[in-house]
Amino acid sequence: MARHVVATVDDIAPGQRKLVHVQGRDIGIFNVGGEFFAIANRCPHEGASLCKGRVVGLVESSEPGSYQLSRPGEMVRCPWHGWEFDLRTGKSWCDPLRTKVRAFDLKVEEGAALVEETLLRTFPVSIERQYVVIEV
Amino acid sequence: MVAGRPSADIDHAAIYAGAIDCDLHPALPGMQVLLPYLDDYWREMVSVRALDRLNLTLTSYPQNAPLSCRPDWKPEGTAKPGASLEAMQSHVLDRYQPRFGILNCLYGAQVMHSEDMAAVFCRATNDWIRDEWLSRDPRLRASIVIPAHNTELAVAEIERRADDPRFVQVLMLVSGEVTLGRRQLWPIYQAAERLGLPIGVHAGSAYRYAPTAVGWPSYYVEDYVAQSSAFENQLQSLISEGVFAKFPGLKLVAIESGLTWLSGFIWRADKTWKGVRAEVPWVTRAPSEIIRDHVRFTVQPIDAPDELAALMRLIEHLESDELFLFSTDYPHWQFDGDDALPTGLSETVRRKILCGNALATYPRLAWANSAMEVNA
Amino acid sequence: MSTLELDRGRPAEAKLRVIDCDIHPAMNAWTEVHPYLAKKWIEHLTVYGSHLRHAFSEALTHPRMSPDAARVDAYPDEGGPPGSSLALMRSQHLDPNGVAFGMLIPLRWNPGSQRNLDFGVALTLAMNTWQVERWVKNEPRLRASILIAQEDTVGSVAEIEARASDPNFTQILLLPRTDEPLGRRRYWPIFEAAERNNLPIAVHVGGTNGHSSTGGGWPSYYMEEHHAVAETMQSVLSSLVFEGVFERFPGLRVVIMEGGLGWIPSFSARMDKHWSRLRSEVPHLKRSPSEYIREHVWFTTQPMEEPGRASQLIDLFDRIGWDRLLFSTDYPHWDFDDPRHAFKAPLSEAQRAQLLYGNAQAFYGID
Repeated sequence: MARHVVATVDDIAPGQRKLVHVQGRDIGIFNVGGEFFAIANRCPHEGASLCKGRVVGLVESSEPGSYQLSRPGEMVRCPWHGWEFDLRTGKSWCDPLRTKVRAFDLKVEEGAALVEETLLRTFPVSIERQYVVIEV
Repeated sequence: MVAGRPSADIDHAAIYAGAIDCDLHPALPGMQVLLPYLDDYWREMVSVRALDRLNLTLTSYPQNAPLSCRPDWKPEGTAKPGASLEAMQSHVLDRYQPRFGILNCLYGAQVMHSEDMAAVFCRATNDWIRDEWLSRDPRLRASIVIPAHNTELAVAEIERRADDPRFVQVLMLVSGEVTLGRRQLWPIYQAAERLGLPIGVHAGSAYRYAPTAVGWPSYYVEDYVAQSSAFENQLQSLISEGVFAKFPGLKLVAIESGLTWLSGFIWRADKTWKGVRAEVPWVTRAPSEIIRDHVRFTVQPIDAPDELAALMRLIEHLESDELFLFSTDYPHWQFDGDDALPTGLSETVRRKILCGNALATYPRLAWANSAMEVNA
Repeated sequence: MSTLELDRGRPAEAKLRVIDCDIHPAMNAWTEVHPYLAKKWIEHLTVYGSHLRHAFSEALTHPRMSPDAARVDAYPDEGGPPGSSLALMRSQHLDPNGVAFGMLIPLRWNPGSQRNLDFGVALTLAMNTWQVERWVKNEPRLRASILIAQEDTVGSVAEIEARASDPNFTQILLLPRTDEPLGRRRYWPIFEAAERNNLPIAVHVGGTNGHSSTGGGWPSYYMEEHHAVAETMQSVLSSLVFEGVFERFPGLRVVIMEGGLGWIPSFSARMDKHWSRLRSEVPHLKRSPSEYIREHVWFTTQPMEEPGRASQLIDLFDRIGWDRLLFSTDYPHWDFDDPRHAFKAPLSEAQRAQLLYGNAQAFYGID
């Protein structure tokens, strides 16, 4: 496992996402209200790009006719068949054990701390900014 | 007496001993048998309007169509198939010696447009079944016939039968006035759940609509074939509308549905659910899981050239051997001889299909025994 | 059951070669069809518009879960709905998915469902020309379908005859939700023209005919409506068989599109079983329903079935017949099937080639 700088925090506005390529993998970085998550980009169903899907809240129900929306922006619907994946865990809602994408450890770090670190990056780092760092 | 029958013949029939036959069809000889159960107004209406001269044969089961009665079960003369208890005893009850047989009466009263008329005649039908069938053969149990298009009257009829443990199920047709999952029907499901009565959805239509989404087919064979499509549609309605979420204790039995459609159904329903779940968020589990918990299926007819292979395939696809309930569908012509169930099933599966699964589905079958002993 | 994973087993260089039997082209704006409509129909379209047997003149009464019922990633940068950009269709689908031939299935306006028959016929003429001018002439991989307004059989047959010798068209398109089941005799002039011109009939999901989606009433939810597509195709198949269409038109070939596959073996068996009891009602049938289906009917593969085990999918294909299956993606719709990942079962190269290309090549007579 190695740490990779993939974006500045300003690159990805809240509600937005960015597709990055790290060590041969396509990874989607999502900004959920200032919190960042990284998941493998390819939907395990038929290979669609999750970065192109709609980010939505979690829809639940206590009984028929009632609708509860929670966790705004924490789910992504695959742009094709609409399967819902939890951005925090990469697990699908309908089949969390068997249908999932990998969720990568992600940290937001100060440039000042990163400048000194030897890590694989193609990303220029400056001490004034904050960066999204994932472990792959 | 079984003199004159070859022993192999008897042995084959003997394998059903102790079974629970979940689909028998008693037929009203005519409306005149309901007269004792009608009040003055309705007796007068029957007479003045000659209602008893109406032939209430359902379009779903033309009386003389080959499917409607197996040739060797046909009564003499103009009598209706299934109208004679003695015949039913001779043909299936005494021959196969089931522990119980569940009567599903398909009489036209339940589909009369007038809700009051339907309710009155459903009530009279249930009274007649009680007196002429249930009280004359202790093996018999029955479904409660209801006017499903008026839920208040339907619930009243269910409540009326609640204390008679010989009524074990509520009967509905698969194609009624609204899709079966609709909330307006929920009082029926609520009452059924509370009273330990499964909902028995039987093949047949009130013909309020064209039988298919593509219009009115020309032929009866098309209408009958379309019954399995109707079961698929209505099962999807029940699941999508959240009937089993709302009524977690409810069981549903699909009667005379054809069975083998179930594999394709769960594959499509499960896949669709994953994509459209947010529309119906009370569907919190895959449809196949819901079916495993809540829905059962009588076995006749088995729509397959190789019935044993079909049953085994279904058990594999559904990942359960608890879904299937033995039935003869008497007097409908679904099998020949004594081949009501294919041979070759394992003993475990056979016992479940013949008896165990029905006992688990119909809690009142157990109540009846103890209640009748107490009342005797 | 194993974790759902993408099939990464095949080498990246394995070249896809696909005939996609179900692609939905769209218009940027409805004025696109105006050049092919007589002035009076442009006026009619503008003033009165679509006139169907349901509550909305333009919208679906069971709204889909995705806008335009499409893949979210299929919107052209330059604007317009999914399926309206040939450039995007090429870059997103035809090129990377190895589509050698793609069969166009335009759905806009359901011309066959228009209550105003003359208007419906006019729309079919216009949309048939639109397919050629806008799509086929600009992209040699694409082929068109002859749209007809089936409730006007005279108009339909005329349009079939007008297009039959045009190699840009490979089939006649019908949507199953028609006034009467498609096997009924009123539609036989269409089958006669199809057989005579050696054109297959494609029956693709859709249409509004005023009949409820189920024999027991209208569904509330899209979850039900989407499912009912399969039962609708069952009913079409039943009608074609039991009315004796294949007996009367022994050269006719039909492809059922987008109806799903899981129901085919059980429904065929059900038809056989009950036909064997009730055959005296339909003496015009000389053979069993499943025999007619085996000889006359094909099925597109999308939406692909996903049973619990891969072996169940192989078993399904065995029972339908591997030669009956024509691959389709349904691009750009939401339940799109990617040719690399649609089959959740290990297939040999020969099987894959047969499903993705060979069967459709034979069916459409492509060299």
